Amino acid sequence: MSSTLHRRWILPAAAASFALVLAGCAGGGSGPSADVDCADYEQYGTFENESVEIYATIIDVEADQIVESWADFEACTGITIDYVGTQEAETQINVRAAAGDAPDIMIVPQPGLLQRLIADGYVVPAAQSVEDNVDEFWSESWKGYGTVDGTFYAAPLMASVKGWVWYSPADFEANGYEVPETWDDLMALTEDMAANNTATYKPWCVGFGSGDATGWPGTDWIEDLVLRTAGPEAYDQWVAGELKFDSPEIREAFDLAGEILLNPDYVNGGFGGVDSIVSTTFNDGGLPILDGNCSLHHQASFYEAQWPEGTVVAPDGDVWAFITPKMSADDPESVTGGGEFVAAFTESDAVTAVQTYLSSDTWANNRVALGGVISANKGLDPELAGSELGKASIEILQGEDTVFRFDGSDLMPAAVGTSSFWTGMVDWIVGTRNTDEVLTFIDSTYP
Amino acid sequence: MAARGDFWGGLWEKFGILIIGLAAFAAVIGLILFLVDKAPKRGRDVLQLVAFVAPALILLGVGLIYPAVRTAYLAFTNRTGEFIGLDNFVWMFTQPQIITTLINTLVWVALVPTLSTAIGLAYAVFIDRSRGEKVLKALVFMPMAISFVGAGIIWRFVYEYRAEGFEQIGILNQIIVWVGGEPQQFLINSPWNTLFLIIVMIWIQTGFAMVLLSAAIKGVPTEIIEASRLDGANGWQQFVNVTIPGIRPTLVVVVTTISIATLKVFDIVRTMTGGNYDTSVIANEMYTQAFNRGEYGQGSALALVLFIMVLPIVIYNVRVMRKQREIR
Repeated sequence: MSSTLHRRWILPAAAASFALVLAGCAGGGSGPSADVDCADYEQYGTFENESVEIYATIIDVEADQIVESWADFEACTGITIDYVGTQEAETQINVRAAAGDAPDIMIVPQPGLLQRLIADGYVVPAAQSVEDNVDEFWSESWKGYGTVDGTFYAAPLMASVKGWVWYSPADFEANGYEVPETWDDLMALTEDMAANNTATYKPWCVGFGSGDATGWPGTDWIEDLVLRTAGPEAYDQWVAGELKFDSPEIREAFDLAGEILLNPDYVNGGFGGVDSIVSTTFNDGGLPILDGNCSLHHQASFYEAQWPEGTVVAPDGDVWAFITPKMSADDPESVTGGGEFVAAFTESDAVTAVQTYLSSDTWANNRVALGGVISANKGLDPELAGSELGKASIEILQGEDTVFRFDGSDLMPAAVGTSSFWTGMVDWIVGTRNTDEVLTFIDSTYP
Repeated sequence: MAARGDFWGGLWEKFGILIIGLAAFAAVIGLILFLVDKAPKRGRDVLQLVAFVAPALILLGVGLIYPAVRTAYLAFTNRTGEFIGLDNFVWMFTQPQIITTLINTLVWVALVPTLSTAIGLAYAVFIDRSRGEKVLKALVFMPMAISFVGAGIIWRFVYEYRAEGFEQIGILNQIIVWVGGEPQQFLINSPWNTLFLIIVMIWIQTGFAMVLLSAAIKGVPTEIIEASRLDGANGWQQFVNVTIPGIRPTLVVVVTTISIATLKVFDIVRTMTGGNYDTSVIANEMYTQAFNRGEYGQGSALALVLFIMVLPIVIYNVRVMRKQREIR
C-alpha cells in the first residue's frame, strides 16, 4: 500500500472512531436516582457485583421503558440487569440455548415457544417465591400457561386483550343503540343498524388485509366465538389439535361469524361488498366508523394506535369499544389475548430475585405507570394505565371469574396458525371455498 | 457483553469481529499464494491451478451443489424425512390448488418474456436516433431500478379497489369510474388477477429488453441497411430481413434471461396477493409449503419441478452461445 493512499484513509477513519467514542460516552446508561425508597426492595436481598442478562423481543421505546421499570430494583439490590432486545430473539433463543449460551432470563412472547423450550429441558423451574407471587396475583389460566406436568416454570409478565368491538359513542347516542350484553343482542343490534343501510353505510366494517399474513384478523373472530360458544375446555382441545376444525363446535363458530361476515347487508361499510374484506388492510378496517360509514369493528386493543391523530378513545370520546359479547347473560366473562412469560435458563439467587420482582405487583405498577402496556397482575392499580382502554382491559383481566385464553392461532402449529388458517379465512370470505371445504382444508394441513 | 445503554460498545464488538475475520481471511489467502509461489519447480503449474480454483469450487460445492442434491433427495421424502418415492409428485398433480399454481407459472412464462421483449423491441426501434432518445430510454428503463417488492406495493395502490359510490384511491378504478364503468376487484377476481400481476413484471422487464435491444440495433452495420434500401426493401422488410437477423443473438439472450427471471417470480405474487385467490406460482407455493407449513418434501418437489422447467432454457442458451463462438 502506498503511503499517500494510507494517509488518505487513516485520517477519516481515526476521526470517525473518535466521534464514535465521544458518542459512546454521551450515550451512557442512566444511573439510579439518589432518592430511591428501598423499602419495597428489601425482600429481594442485596448482592455484590451480580449481573443478570434478560433477553427479549422488546425493542425501541418499550425497551427503554422496561429498563426504566427495574432501575430502582437494581439500585437497591446491587444486581445489574443487562437487557438485550432483538426482534430475532424468538429464533435466536433456540440457537443460543442449543449452544449452551442461553441468557439468564428470557421474556418469552408466546406460550408455544415457552412450552417447546421447557420440553427441550432448557428452562429451570421457578423458585417458590415466584410461584407464591403468581398464586397471589394471577388467575389459574395464566399460571397454567407457565406450567408443564404440574411443575411451574414461568410467571406471566404483560398482557394484551383481543376481541374488542369498536364503535362511536356519538353514533350510538344519536341512533339510540345500546351496547349489547349478549351475542343475540349484538345480532339484533346489527339487524337494527342494517335498516339504515345506504350505498356506503353497512353496520360492520372489516379488514383482513395484511400482506402475506392476510386473513389473520379472521382467526380472531373464530377464536372469540369458539371460546364463547364451546367454552374454554373445548378451546384448549381445539388449540392442541385434539378437536378438529371439522367438528360441530368449530363449525358453529364459523357459522356464527359467517352470519355477519358473509352477509352483504351487514358488511363491508365504507369499502364495498363482502370480498372487499380481504382487499382492505386491517389498519384501514375500522376507520369508516369516523366517517359514519359503519358502526362496528372487531379488532384487538392495539387498534387504539391506528386511529388518526387527535381521535379521543374514551367512553364519551370519538371512539370506544366493548368486549365481544358472551352467548348468554350468565356466562362468565371470557377474553382472548396475548402476553409474555419470564423463563429462567440459569439458577442463581440473583436470577431468582429478578424473577420474583418481575412477578410482583411492585413491578407491574412500576411498568404500567410508564405507559403503553397493561398486565393481568391482580395487584395492579388500573388507574395507572395510560389510556381509558388500558384501564378497561386491566379491569377485565383482573376480573375474578374472567376466563382468559391465548390467541389460538399463535399456539397452533405454524403450518396451521400462521398459514392455512389465514388462507382458509381468505378463501372462505371470497367464496372460493365454502365452510365445509375450508374446515377440511385446514384439517388437511395439520402436520 | 456490552454494558447496558452502550450502543456503540455493541457496534464495536460486531465490527471488531468483522475486521478480525477479514484480516484472517486475507492472511490465509496471502499465505496460500506465498506457498504456491514458493512451490517446487516440478508440478508448480498444477499446484497453482488447484490453489486458485479450489476456493471457488469449494464455495460452489457448499453453496450450490450440495443444497441442490439435498433438495432433490428431500423431494422424495415426507415431512418426517422418510423416503416415500414419488408421492410428493402425485400430490402435486392431484391437488387442484397446485395444478392451478403450475398453470399460472406457465401463463407467466408464456406472456412475460414475449410481451416485454416485443414491447421493448418496438420501443427501441421507434425511438432509435430520434430526438431526446436518452430521456425516452431512461423513462422506460427506470422501473428496472425498483425492486420487485417495491413494484408490487406501487401496483397494489394502482389496483386498489373501493366500491361504487366511494372515493376511489386506485388510479385504475378511478379511470374506469370516470369513463362510466364499475370499479373492479383487479387482484381478487380469478383468473384475470394473474394477468394484472403479469403486467407488473412486464412493466419492470421491458426496460431491460429495450436497453439491450437498442444497443444491438445500433450494432447492425449501416452498409447492410443501405444495401437493402437500394434493393428497394420497404421499412418493414428492412426490419424483418436485416435488423432481426442482425440482433438475433441479443434477442435470444433477452428472452431467455427474462424467461428464467419469470419462472422464479416470487416477490410480486407474495407482495400483492400472498398467493391467495388462485394467483400462486411455483416459487411462492414452494416457499409456503416448505417454510410456512413445514412440508419440506412438498416444497422440495416444487423446487425440483421449477429446476426442471428452467433447465431447457439454460441448455438452449448455452448452445446458442457455443454456436456464436464457432461463427466467430
